[in-house]
Amino acid sequence: MSYEVVIGLEVHVELLTKSKIFCSCPTSFGDEPNTNVCPVCLGLPGVLPVINKRAVEFAILSGLALNCKVNPRSKFDRKNYFYPDLPKAYQISQYDMPVAEDGYLNIKVNGETKCIGITRVHLEEDAGKLIHAENGDYSLIDYNRTGVPLVEIVSEPDLRSHEEARVFLENLKRILQYTQVSDCKMEEGSLRCDANISVRLKGKKELGTKTELKNMNSFKAVQKGLEYEIKRQIDSLEKGERISQETLRWDEGRGLTVSMRSKEQAHDYRYFPDPDLMPLEVQQEWVEKLKGLLPEMPLQKKERYITQYGLPEYDAEVLTFSMDMADFFEDCVKEYPEPKVVSNWVMGELMGFLNAERIDITETKVTPLNLAKLLHLIDKGTISGKIGKTVFEEMFKSGEDPEAIVEEKGLLQISDTKELEKIVDEVIKINPGPVEDLKSGKKKAMGFLVGQVMKQTKGKANPQIVNKILRNRLK
Amino acid sequence: MKYFGLKVHEAHKLIKDREISSEQLTKSIMDRIEDVEGIVHGYVTVTKEYALKKAREMDKKIAEGEEPGPLSGIPCAIKDNICTKDILTTCSSKILKNFKPPYSATVYQKLEEQGCIMIGKTNMDEFAMGSSTENSGFFTTRNPWDPARVPGGSSGGSSAVVAADEALFALGSDTGGSIRQPASFCGVVGFKPTYGRVSRYGLIAFASSLDQIGPITKDVRDCALILNAICGHDPMDSTSVSADVPDFTRFVDKDIKGIKLGVPKEYYTMQIDDSVKKETGEAVTNLANIGAEKVELEMPYTAYALPAYYLINPAEASSNLARYDGIRYGFTYEDAENLLEAYKKTRSSGFGPEVKRRIMLGTYALSSGYYEDYYLKAQKVRSLIARDFDQAFKNCDVIVTPTAPTVSFRTGEKIDDPLMMYLNDIFTVPVSMAGLPAVSIPCGFVNGLPVGLQIIGKPFDEGTIIKVASAFERMLALDKVKPLFGSYVRGGA
Ligand SMILES: [Zn+2]
Repeated sequence: MSYEVVIGLEVHVELLTKSKIFCSCPTSFGDEPNTNVCPVCLGLPGVLPVINKRAVEFAILSGLALNCKVNPRSKFDRKNYFYPDLPKAYQISQYDMPVAEDGYLNIKVNGETKCIGITRVHLEEDAGKLIHAENGDYSLIDYNRTGVPLVEIVSEPDLRSHEEARVFLENLKRILQYTQVSDCKMEEGSLRCDANISVRLKGKKELGTKTELKNMNSFKAVQKGLEYEIKRQIDSLEKGERISQETLRWDEGRGLTVSMRSKEQAHDYRYFPDPDLMPLEVQQEWVEKLKGLLPEMPLQKKERYITQYGLPEYDAEVLTFSMDMADFFEDCVKEYPEPKVVSNWVMGELMGFLNAERIDITETKVTPLNLAKLLHLIDKGTISGKIGKTVFEEMFKSGEDPEAIVEEKGLLQISDTKELEKIVDEVIKINPGPVEDLKSGKKKAMGFLVGQVMKQTKGKANPQIVNKILRNRLK
Repeated sequence: MKYFGLKVHEAHKLIKDREISSEQLTKSIMDRIEDVEGIVHGYVTVTKEYALKKAREMDKKIAEGEEPGPLSGIPCAIKDNICTKDILTTCSSKILKNFKPPYSATVYQKLEEQGCIMIGKTNMDEFAMGSSTENSGFFTTRNPWDPARVPGGSSGGSSAVVAADEALFALGSDTGGSIRQPASFCGVVGFKPTYGRVSRYGLIAFASSLDQIGPITKDVRDCALILNAICGHDPMDSTSVSADVPDFTRFVDKDIKGIKLGVPKEYYTMQIDDSVKKETGEAVTNLANIGAEKVELEMPYTAYALPAYYLINPAEASSNLARYDGIRYGFTYEDAENLLEAYKKTRSSGFGPEVKRRIMLGTYALSSGYYEDYYLKAQKVRSLIARDFDQAFKNCDVIVTPTAPTVSFRTGEKIDDPLMMYLNDIFTVPVSMAGLPAVSIPCGFVNGLPVGLQIIGKPFDEGTIIKVASAFERMLALDKVKPLFGSYVRGGA
């Protein structure tokens, strides 16, 4: 039998505000535990929350970037539950009146564009972090993260495969990074994803029983967790079993999903409006102003790269993966208007080194202007393409100007015919075999001989001139 | 010299004229505490050394030429649910018996800045839940007018120490009548400002949408002075309002000719002691005699206020009190086998029965499936009550009612019957539900026990309340009547 998969995602994203959502503590990641805390975020008796306007702004921007309607009035509610990382024993969240709702995100899977509904975008505060002792004797709590602003983004159950879910999540991440509301680092927990999953027979209208899957801490985990859970559900149905509605946890180590709690054990969060906070009134002018701040979104940018620069779709996709990468590319094209050449260098050399060094484009010492200079040097024949790569490596290491590197390291291309003739003669002399081959019409030998000359000159020989000399000599 | 009987404005005059020092005044208060606290039991903590040090500092400033403000060097008491940095703040609960907050409430900061000398933290019903201080986790405060009786609550300690001259004034907090009812029982002036008038930052939350801090004083002028000091917007409290704060003393000793006095018939037909009814009825007549105009009112939703209040208040309390788990501060049950047991034992031995009752009621009222029928419906009733007041205030300037249906009752008389206890708040709760300002001032005596008159004003119109209260006070001069512990004398100061 053929099954259809139905997936909806709930994504939590930490906002990049400087201070926390209800107090003025810094939000920085990785600081000494319990140093970024105050009476308010520690939930000490008597304290009150005051909303950080910037967090509201970021939530609105997130909503707008996801084509949502921004509500002129929303409110904060208390979500009551007891857990050691939650010092007030309730989380301030938004229950029935979120900041923004009713949006969508277009994704492209297998060449087809699909519109995925966004149910809502709401603001809430993050909880602290539990650190369990290895021997299991005790747990420590770091409250630095308590009160860091989050938006929760809930999708409609429009996703039909784990592949679509992955692409959706990647697109979502990219959009939020473009909008600069979050760095969306899954490994640091600034992007977290839960999924609601069900399967049904193809053609059926009603939804199957869903399970909620938590604790997927990387993109790979999302993919693997969903894949596993879909298969588990289908296998159960095939065996004639029923799916029970429950919350599951993805066990990365064992590669399977584990039940956390059943429907009967589900929490009753006893939501009610937080009496400490006034409803959030959002003026239309504010929304319009924020709309004006939205950047070109990744999908639009990609389309533009294809039409404006004539890039292949693959190049456009890779270059627009992050806004910083895209900016680098475009800044470089401004100085060296050969988009495909720039794309090759960015995607080949630059990304190669970035990946090898595991650093981000924002951290590289290579500037777009210097890359353009390098490409001009190659065009002018000052250096060969091959030497270009050596120069680039040096640029990557030191951040120096390519002209300076060429000069300093004596990498100028040898275009002096007399000097090259000497080397060519030498090569002919010590390679009688290939010379004979070439003379008897085997064209391949030409490449070998040019290669030998390049080797002798450490790549500095101008290949066109070498070719010309070789052809003359061996006529 | 005995200075403890002074009012704030009287003491200020003496300090200003360099006739007494703050230290003398503070010492006099300490002597008084020594003499009567054994009967009253109003304080959870007396901060003697701290107070004397502060008083000496103030005297030094004055000696160096600083012009003393109206509260400079004035000793005051603070209810023990208002956070005072590094000084025990217990809410009269075992669960916070060792809690020293690392910060001060905005109101306390304001008083400190104006030179007040805090002499101690006052007893209350645990977490402000109660009307007699019998729910204190530590001990019951006695009524200075009759130590066999309760001072009212929950600000019973604050009211009793002011009545017993153990402080020149006190701060209390009012959620459903917790300033007004004990002020009524103790024969002092207790003012609950408009919700949002005074910052709640640092007031340990009970029912956040109702809690409001206010003064308990010996007369109306003092009350105006303290309101001047504590009202105003606070950026740390989103529910505090940035309305203009007038000089409230401007409303003292003014003519009230033509003021329209609303008298809602519902307040006089509910369960109320005949003698209390008679005293408050006379108060209305007296006010009419000095020029106020009586207007009969109907406020049909009054009777629903108390049931709705007892849903909203426990609901919010259940959430506010969930944080006390014994891990980060406060009392911890030490001998637990594991974490869950530590939580359970901390909470079950740290909270008293009334607190537990409200936590359970509130948790139930907010539970899924009941929320709409209870919490949401209660909120709708709340809007209707507010509308009742809106309508009423179209025809009058203030509304006058009894503060409580009875005078002070005997210790132990109602403690086993929570519903009877809740009825104490029947006249004060509707005002809290509507967020309105109201004062309780002494208006007479029944069997030697004070009766309070509640004067309710329009939102942010504390001024008119003070005007009427001041005129009334001047007429009867009850502010000059003081308890002699068990009996009272009229006219003796
Ligand atoms: Zn903080």
